[in-house]
Amino acid sequence: MPRIRLIARLDIKGANLIKGINLEGLRVIGDPNVFARKYDEAGIDEIIYMDSVASLYGRNSLSAIVEKTTSEVFIPITVGGGLRTLEDVQRTLRSGADKVAINTAAIRNPEFITEVANRFGSQAMVLSVEAKRTERGNWEAYYNCGREKSDRDVVEWVQEAVERGAGEVLLTSVDREGTRRGFDIELVKAVTTKVRVPVIASGGMGTIDHLIDVLNRGKADAVAMADILHYNRETTPNIRQRIKQSGFDVRTT
Amino acid sequence: MKKKRISIVDYGVGNLLSVSRAFSYLGQETELISEPDKIENAEYLVLPGVGAFPDGMRELQSRNLVSALCRYTRSNRPLLGICLGMQMLFDMGTEHSETRGLGLIPGQVVAIPQTNLSGESHKIPHIGWGDLNFSASTKNLSKNLPQACSVYFVHSFMAATDDSFVVASTSYGGWKIAALVNRANVWGAQFHPEKSGQVGLEILKNFFNDSL
Repeated sequence: MPRIRLIARLDIKGANLIKGINLEGLRVIGDPNVFARKYDEAGIDEIIYMDSVASLYGRNSLSAIVEKTTSEVFIPITVGGGLRTLEDVQRTLRSGADKVAINTAAIRNPEFITEVANRFGSQAMVLSVEAKRTERGNWEAYYNCGREKSDRDVVEWVQEAVERGAGEVLLTSVDREGTRRGFDIELVKAVTTKVRVPVIASGGMGTIDHLIDVLNRGKADAVAMADILHYNRETTPNIRQRIKQSGFDVRTT
Repeated sequence: MKKKRISIVDYGVGNLLSVSRAFSYLGQETELISEPDKIENAEYLVLPGVGAFPDGMRELQSRNLVSALCRYTRSNRPLLGICLGMQMLFDMGTEHSETRGLGLIPGQVVAIPQTNLSGESHKIPHIGWGDLNFSASTKNLSKNLPQACSVYFVHSFMAATDDSFVVASTSYGGWKIAALVNRANVWGAQFHPEKSGQVGLEILKNFFNDSL
């Protein structure tokens, strides 16, 4: 029985936790540290911090937030957004992150994936993918917060990235992100059936049924949750309970 | 209560900061040390580490820390190895090549089997939250822990040692994996207590609260 990881995804802009729709139209929600602590206490398995606009401006300002969170919250933390050099990665890991999530820099220079994996280990190199459905029925990888096309097919790109050393995939459906319409199950399934590394399904969770669906049909290894938690639409204990009832395993807390 | 001084061995490998922050969060004083005499004078010593066994041993040797660590443990003060730091407590590592370890606990460090118990391939490294199954004695580092709890693992190798040294194990792909090991004043955690939420913090608390 596969053990599913429940991850809280916190998108950050400046000093604030924010939430958008389709990665745009960002709304301020609050202090990320307060939310991270709350989710840790509720038994979330991991936290993802994503600097939502960092890559657009070529900067990363998350370090201070990560440093504060990791002084109070002692569970694995992944940080992404605007990390472009090995020095950026090193600084992020030094500030307390366990893994980095990389999209734009990997698309611009796929060799960067290998460099990060060789230096810090594959377990720390999470490939972040922003996927948009095309008219041809496949998905294309985007970058810079879902604004720029890469002309890369998502499934092929993920396969290449895993060969290059990515140890995990954060798979965000830009079409579903923030819509509460459910995960893009076909997208998740297309990727999980092609690679052996864990795949985190992200974008679109409106109900716990959506989550169970992406586990059953999409074969996701982990699920990233954002506004369903931020707006208190569901609690982590409730979610864990339902997952267990559906025949999946979760961490014992 | 007087603060305890927790000395964390800094030998150029791994995430010392998280370990140090966890002890600070618990109200203790921490220091990073890399000189042999500081190791010998420590009160509570932690040997963290991430990466490959031969690299870890080489870094300890190049700083002349191997014999200092061994002398420290003869004094009966507590030592806690974490992840690679736990693996190096054993006689021998087999990652890349056979490498001598610190020899503080009898046993070898071997690769997690590439297949699960049923012979199907499974994911290596083992990453994620694993349940702890405690052996009979529940004193020591497991004090105040709930009967059922889980902790965070990231590893591809594991200790093969006598059951008498295994305080708690976890299961991965059906294989039994030593999670918490002990011999006299020497302790080792294959998992990351500094990344294992409340359970991990409780284990660290037991380490400096003299419940050993």
